Amino acid sequence: MKFSEQWLREWVNPSIGSQELMDQITMAGLEVDGFEAVAGEFTGVVVGEVVSVEAHPDADKLRVCQVSDGTQTVQVVCGAPNVRNGLKVPFAVVGAVLPGNFKIKKAKLRGQPSEGMLCSESELALSENHDGLMELPEDAPVGQDIAEYLKLNDIAIDVDLTPNRSDCLSIKGLAREVGVLNSLLVNAPEILPVEAVHSDVPDIRVEAPEGCPRYLGRILRNVNLQAETPLWMQEKLRRSGIRSIDAAVDVTNYVMLELGQPMHAFDREEVAGGIVVRMAKAGEKLVLLDGQEVDLTPETLLIADHDKPIAIAGVMGGEHSGVSEKTRDLVLESAYFEPIMLAGKARQYGLHTDASHRFERGVDYELARDAMERATRLLMDIVGGEPGEIVEVASWEDLPKPRAIDLREKRLADVLGLAIDRTTVEEILSRLGLHVDKLLKDGWRISVPSFRPDISIEEDLIEEVGRIFGYNNLPVTEPTGSLGLRAREEAVRPLSAIRNYFVAQGYQEAVTYSFVDPKVQQLIDPEREGIALANPISSDLSVMRTTLWSGLLKTVLHNQNRQQPRIRLFESGLRFEQNGDQIDQQPMLAGVVVGHQTSENWVNGRRTADFFDVKGELEGLFRLLGIEIQFIASQHPALHPGQTAELLRDGEHVGWLGTLHPQVQKNLELNGTILMFELFLNSIVSGYVPNFKDISKFPEVRRDLAIIIGNDVAFAQVEHVARKHAGEHLTALRVFDVYEGESLGEGNRSLALSLFWQHPERTLNEDEVHSLFNGVIDALKEELGATLRS
Amino acid sequence: MDNLEQLVQDGLNAVEQADNLQALDHIRVEYLGKKGVITQQAKTLGKLSAEERPAAGQKINEAKGQVEQAINARRANLEKIAIEAKLASESIDVTLPGRGQDLGGLHPVTRTLERIEEIFARAGYSVEQGPEIEDDYHNFEALNIPGHHPARAMHDTFYFNPGTLLRTHTSPVQIRTMEAGKPPFRMICPGRVYRCDSDMTHTPMFHQVEGLLVEKNVSFADLKSTVEEFLRVFFERDLKVRFRPSYFPFTEPSAEVDIEWGREPDGSIKWLEVMGCGMVHPKVFEHCGIDAEEYRGFAFGLGVERLAMLRYGVKDLRMFFENDLRFLRQFR
Repeated sequence: MKFSEQWLREWVNPSIGSQELMDQITMAGLEVDGFEAVAGEFTGVVVGEVVSVEAHPDADKLRVCQVSDGTQTVQVVCGAPNVRNGLKVPFAVVGAVLPGNFKIKKAKLRGQPSEGMLCSESELALSENHDGLMELPEDAPVGQDIAEYLKLNDIAIDVDLTPNRSDCLSIKGLAREVGVLNSLLVNAPEILPVEAVHSDVPDIRVEAPEGCPRYLGRILRNVNLQAETPLWMQEKLRRSGIRSIDAAVDVTNYVMLELGQPMHAFDREEVAGGIVVRMAKAGEKLVLLDGQEVDLTPETLLIADHDKPIAIAGVMGGEHSGVSEKTRDLVLESAYFEPIMLAGKARQYGLHTDASHRFERGVDYELARDAMERATRLLMDIVGGEPGEIVEVASWEDLPKPRAIDLREKRLADVLGLAIDRTTVEEILSRLGLHVDKLLKDGWRISVPSFRPDISIEEDLIEEVGRIFGYNNLPVTEPTGSLGLRAREEAVRPLSAIRNYFVAQGYQEAVTYSFVDPKVQQLIDPEREGIALANPISSDLSVMRTTLWSGLLKTVLHNQNRQQPRIRLFESGLRFEQNGDQIDQQPMLAGVVVGHQTSENWVNGRRTADFFDVKGELEGLFRLLGIEIQFIASQHPALHPGQTAELLRDGEHVGWLGTLHPQVQKNLELNGTILMFELFLNSIVSGYVPNFKDISKFPEVRRDLAIIIGNDVAFAQVEHVARKHAGEHLTALRVFDVYEGESLGEGNRSLALSLFWQHPERTLNEDEVHSLFNGVIDALKEELGATLRS
Repeated sequence: MDNLEQLVQDGLNAVEQADNLQALDHIRVEYLGKKGVITQQAKTLGKLSAEERPAAGQKINEAKGQVEQAINARRANLEKIAIEAKLASESIDVTLPGRGQDLGGLHPVTRTLERIEEIFARAGYSVEQGPEIEDDYHNFEALNIPGHHPARAMHDTFYFNPGTLLRTHTSPVQIRTMEAGKPPFRMICPGRVYRCDSDMTHTPMFHQVEGLLVEKNVSFADLKSTVEEFLRVFFERDLKVRFRPSYFPFTEPSAEVDIEWGREPDGSIKWLEVMGCGMVHPKVFEHCGIDAEEYRGFAFGLGVERLAMLRYGVKDLRMFFENDLRFLRQFR
């Protein structure tokens, strides 16, 4: 909410400067977002009077005027369409400096001398309005400094109010706070009932009392809406960020800003029969004041007449029933609408109005009558008219009930960490309008005023006391409490250990968005559909990732486009999958590698990373985690059909490793051989707790062999067969060479293996080893068609 | 016997001239071996009288010793030369860069999160995780933000359907943890959160850490010390901290926390908002089945990117999610 400091000071005027005032309200929880001067910086502008206007001899659009500055009359050439005899305007005399350091000098315009300038609002940086000269009231004293006359020594302060503080959406509420903070009384304008001069009353029917527990209407007859809103009111509205429209609208806005009650004025002639407050019916439409036509939904609370909707209650009036210069009789509305009924309604129609902002947060339910009297009086002062009686329709059971809350002294001290003395507590509360109803043995019974809908429990009162006492005046103490030890599974490695492992392997961690481009994801993971956001920020961030590859490959593209040929990235985070009516949110670990295996160096540093580099790094991770993983040749839509491994742990799928499919790579406009892996974190983090076995004192025996075998036989099969026949004392099996060459024959390769045996309790004899070794060779020959390479 | 001296002299000369270990060994055999010329001198002893023998024998031994000593000295010398030559041939340019894998690095958000987690873990806080696709109940209702509450507008929520959304804060993890356990609690909940907002200073995804302490006897004064100490430990500076009343539906009293961050042009302290905090609202306890008369709690929440930006001087929030290697590599 934006307000004028001067206006606030009319209500309560602490003897502190503007900055201190703003700091004070900020520290009371009404955060000042900023402030601005209410006019530009200028000097030498006075109230001037145009005493004569003549046509310019050489220019159609210019006038030659004589203007009085109170002491002398000078000639001024002016091009504004509204310049006329007798008009009072801001007059920048020769020597004046206008905003933007614009100096006014004697000049000649098309041959006619001109001494000074008549100003529009925009030239004084009062508003954007440069349609014509700013017209001052007839009684403006000629010669008075305009800054003094308009009281421009003022700032507009913008407070960013939290949604609970609807009571501060008015000068009245802000003044109350400032009064409490400075222990000052607040001067509110006196509001007296306006006596009716006729018996013409509006017919009001409230059919939805749960949404509108109170509705007040009054007829003001024979008004003159051509009457101009007084300058002081226009200025207050302007400084609060509200444009002056006409007297009726201005007064309702003024009362809203001053007291916090949004109001509305209808043209009585356009209200057929009477006012009905009801829910909308399907198919009803309404053209609003802003010109847009809306289709009303049945859960919308309406103000209607006997034929049609005339306003969305608490949000915006209809165009048709709005007041105009021709309006003769007004129907004034001042009502209390239930916040829950209005919540989200404005937004539903793409609106956010000053009225809806207040009603959604809760307006003082006892304010409607005062506001009506205040508005009537202000209107009569401006547009005249004959007031009728106020008609009030209220549903007592639907109105909020007055509340009394007990505040315990001990609880207050326990929560704040300080026992504040009783007098201070009582003073803080009563200044806030939270009257002590009754002194209790252990505290106070507080009655909550109607303007504080946010206060409903003891904690609300504790907060009020703490807030006004000052959080920064409360003590600082260390928490005490139980410090039991927590379970910690040794076999489970923390994610940080996994991250550090990849960092040591040269990977840079990435953090990519959890929502991705469905078109990209479709290419990478065509078999799964990403869960779609109903309100995405943009189409390329509109579905949840089913794989971390979606974000990582986009990151590769980003970096390749920035001359980064060597990229090693990993990421951990959730991936999302719809599983029936459940959503599966799995923590994953994924990586991508492209470019040289190590950064270019002087020895062997230009080798491109391949499948086995990354596989080796993953095997290192699995050793770190203490788990056994099988790599099985498999197929994945995003991966090269000949370079894809599915990872299994005890037969259960734990992830993928492979080379990005060249076609997918091309579609994504990526370069180079891209290796990728993705693992289910929960399936790999749990390893084992070490269990010591005696170290054998007996020698280890090694035997090497080289076989020629078909390319279609996987090493894993060779290993499986060899291990099966190598007996229980085989301690290791390693491949130390893989060779393919013409000499081996088409479709063949050679594998060189070494086998290690060791017995825990004795030396293995030559015959035993020989027989095991031969058994392995025979099995490889028989089961896999291997031949021994000589 | 007469030529013993000559033999020794010859031997010493030969030793002197030997320029490798092999030659030296030949000399040793030639002079001191079983058939060596000095060794053979012993045969002449037989021709001497018993009185003369010991002295002559001693002379021969002395001669042998003399040559042997020279050989040993020469050998040591030659060995030294050989080692030096080998070392010289093996010398490398130690200024060439080392080989091996480069070091990667953690993302600055992770780096910051790990630091925050570590600070709180040392004070006995557990680290809790929860789902990112949340239900309305845990993200809003249980945190005292019923449907149509104006505070929902503060959240700009991403929805999948009316009851399912992307969590807007990590507070639902606190609810889930309290539902599943029994007080007291001391936890922090780090993680990704989402708001439907994207501009210079907002990204639709960012990270939060929310903390919760529930004990029988805890006060706002305890909250103040926890928050102040955390900020001083995190920034490693004795900064001024102030607590400004604010509003969150799930805490009461509630405060925003500002830290001193330089000076305004007029010389006054420039305050920067870095955290929100407050005492747990009784409604939240009620939703979790905890007796608000028996237990009290405090909660706090902070934006990880915000702290990382302040700590590391990053000026544009959006850089965190571009994952440009030239950015990421600065945080290894």
